[in-house]
Amino acid sequence: MTNEYFIAIMLLSPLVGFLINGIFGRGRWGGYTSGAIATFFALTSFASAAYLVFGLTELADGPRIISATFFDWITVDELKIPARFVVDPISAIMVLVVTGVGTLIHLFSIGYMHEDRGVTKYFSYLNFFLFNMLVLVTGDSLPIMFVGWEGVGLASYLLIGFWFNDEEKATAGMKAFITNRIGDAAFIIGMFILFFHFGTLEFEKINSLVPVGPTLSWLSPLTLGTLLLFIGATGKSAQIPLYVWLPDAMAGPTPVSALIHAATMVTAGVYMIVRLSFLFAAAPYTLMVIAIIGALTVVLAATIGLAQWDIKKVLAYSTVSQLGYMFLACGVGAFGAALFHLMTHAFFKALMFLGSGSVIHGMHHEQDMRRMGGLKKYLPITYFTFLAGWLAIIGMPPFAGFFSKDEILWQSFSSSNGHWIFWAIGVLGATLTSFYMTRLMALTFWGQERFDKKHHHPHESPYSMLIPLIALAVLSIVGGWLGIPHVISEVLPAHPANVLEHWLEGSLVHPIAATAVDGGHADHAALEWGLMGLSVGLALLSAVTAYVFYIVKPEIPKLLVQKLGQAYELVFNKYYVDEIYQRYILNPLVKASEDLWLYVDVRIIDKLTYVLTDMSIGTGKMSKAMQTGNIQTYALYIVMGVAIILTIFFGV
Amino acid sequence: MLAESISEIGLGHFLVLSMILFITGMLGVLLRKNILTVLMSIELMLNAINLSFVAYARSLNQLDGQIIVFFIMTIAAAEAGVGLALVVAVFKRFKEVNIRFFEHLKG
Repeated sequence: MTNEYFIAIMLLSPLVGFLINGIFGRGRWGGYTSGAIATFFALTSFASAAYLVFGLTELADGPRIISATFFDWITVDELKIPARFVVDPISAIMVLVVTGVGTLIHLFSIGYMHEDRGVTKYFSYLNFFLFNMLVLVTGDSLPIMFVGWEGVGLASYLLIGFWFNDEEKATAGMKAFITNRIGDAAFIIGMFILFFHFGTLEFEKINSLVPVGPTLSWLSPLTLGTLLLFIGATGKSAQIPLYVWLPDAMAGPTPVSALIHAATMVTAGVYMIVRLSFLFAAAPYTLMVIAIIGALTVVLAATIGLAQWDIKKVLAYSTVSQLGYMFLACGVGAFGAALFHLMTHAFFKALMFLGSGSVIHGMHHEQDMRRMGGLKKYLPITYFTFLAGWLAIIGMPPFAGFFSKDEILWQSFSSSNGHWIFWAIGVLGATLTSFYMTRLMALTFWGQERFDKKHHHPHESPYSMLIPLIALAVLSIVGGWLGIPHVISEVLPAHPANVLEHWLEGSLVHPIAATAVDGGHADHAALEWGLMGLSVGLALLSAVTAYVFYIVKPEIPKLLVQKLGQAYELVFNKYYVDEIYQRYILNPLVKASEDLWLYVDVRIIDKLTYVLTDMSIGTGKMSKAMQTGNIQTYALYIVMGVAIILTIFFGV
Repeated sequence: MLAESISEIGLGHFLVLSMILFITGMLGVLLRKNILTVLMSIELMLNAINLSFVAYARSLNQLDGQIIVFFIMTIAAAEAGVGLALVVAVFKRFKEVNIRFFEHLKG
């Protein structure tokens, strides 16, 4: 019973914060008041989440689950959807990440946003987002998840277009919203298909109905349904072909980019697949598509990231690329690895976004890395925390990113759904990641100072911004220790267990039971060590190359750009994907709508209604003559009517 | 001679008279211009109906028809009272009793 209360508190406290700031705060409260209120409610939510997860660990092994059913939401014939929310090992990780990182970012926002005019609005949106994200991750059926899914989309739209006076930013918000709509439409259709097939949308019931063997048909409802759900995920989680909105979403305030467009919302698609692992595991064709899309996205986004100058754009493409890793992991059936990388990525990417926010704040809203450089001496704490994030993302042991990325690479190589090509693409992506992140470090923090010293006086940020940075930096270091692979723990003193794997045991489904990791043979261990060493070595080499390029010999990249010419142009312009979409999808759509308007609407539909109105006007004119206004005429009508009735009835 | 001819007067004669009176009244309502005349024509129609009621009552030897006549007479009195009051009010307002003048409801 108490658990139900705590689930209610966890879910509702951000909503309460949203209402308080949204209703009472406007124009009355400053940034510190509304920020403190919002942070308080986020913290309450985090505390209840922590209590619940703690309670979960106390439960005996087996199906560990804490649930609360509040009311029956929809009851129509077969379709029964209770408003049921669960905290189980999968959602436990998510609620902790969402509320924990969320609280830190609320705190950071106080320092970053307190001077903004719309600061109460900002904090109420932020709380609104938190509420919807929690509904998404704890909801126990697809429709409830979808409510949260839409809610976070709305919050994302509102916050991207937060500075809506700037047309470009308002447009970026709309772009995000509309791109997500495309995915959401697919999500809904997928939901319908699954409902027709299973007759229920509750996770547990679907789980008990999923066929045992893999479904080897493209047209089976299982494959189609999961594919459509995956299209929904490509929208929300920015994968090919719907990734284009995420880089533009950087128009929003930087803490928003950290919370929504790096750490939590964009991982919703990955989370959905992990949540439904029992379903996706039974649809190998869908898994194959997911793995291919994920792998392609990793490389595509990473290459674009190589040539961007805006610090936030680099991080945005990096996010797309890292999300690609998560989908790659899902695609090869390593759902646990996907969730692991989701968590570590939430830590280090939120850290780097907040770090970039701190830089932007310190540089008075300068985002172009060409006008930065040498900032480590001005922003020492930001620099050191950023360093932790950098080492985590390029996969240096023992930072968090190393363990999760290595897990994904190893699984994509060794899992029965994997292939060495996936591994190779993953390593290529890791190498590119290492290059562009080192480039970012070099351009921002190292090397010469390229900003105008007369106008820019870089300064370190206030403590409310530094504390979240430090907390996230610590998490970026230790976060990966939850999932230390067996081969490494064997050589470590005390043999730390793979906590995460143990935690998720029983909650996740593996497509094929015996993955190579479980075997633990000596030759596998050697292979795993070798592959691990190779990817770390390549990342290190690539980082050193980037260092040489941008610090030691800055003329090399310029020379390279000249030599590469068109290839560079292609990457710099993001493969012209936006232009291609504009030309081959948007423009034809606009043209088609115009034609529909001019020919169908004006010439057929409007014309039809005009004919109808003309007819009724004509009839009106005709019957108007009868209404002479003369009482005696009316009396005559009565007489005539009586005469007619009498004639009919008596035949006189 | 007179008694004979009176005895020959039956229901049919009364009904024909009633019809003549009714049609006269109806034509008055439909054709006359003066509102007062129109009201009087309405009275005439009501009384034509009264005549046919009593004729039938006598002929069929039933009291019902006579009773209804009393009702009609009271209603006719009330109608005349209201109608005349309206005519007086209208005349005071417009200084006009020609019914053709009041055609404001024209469509």
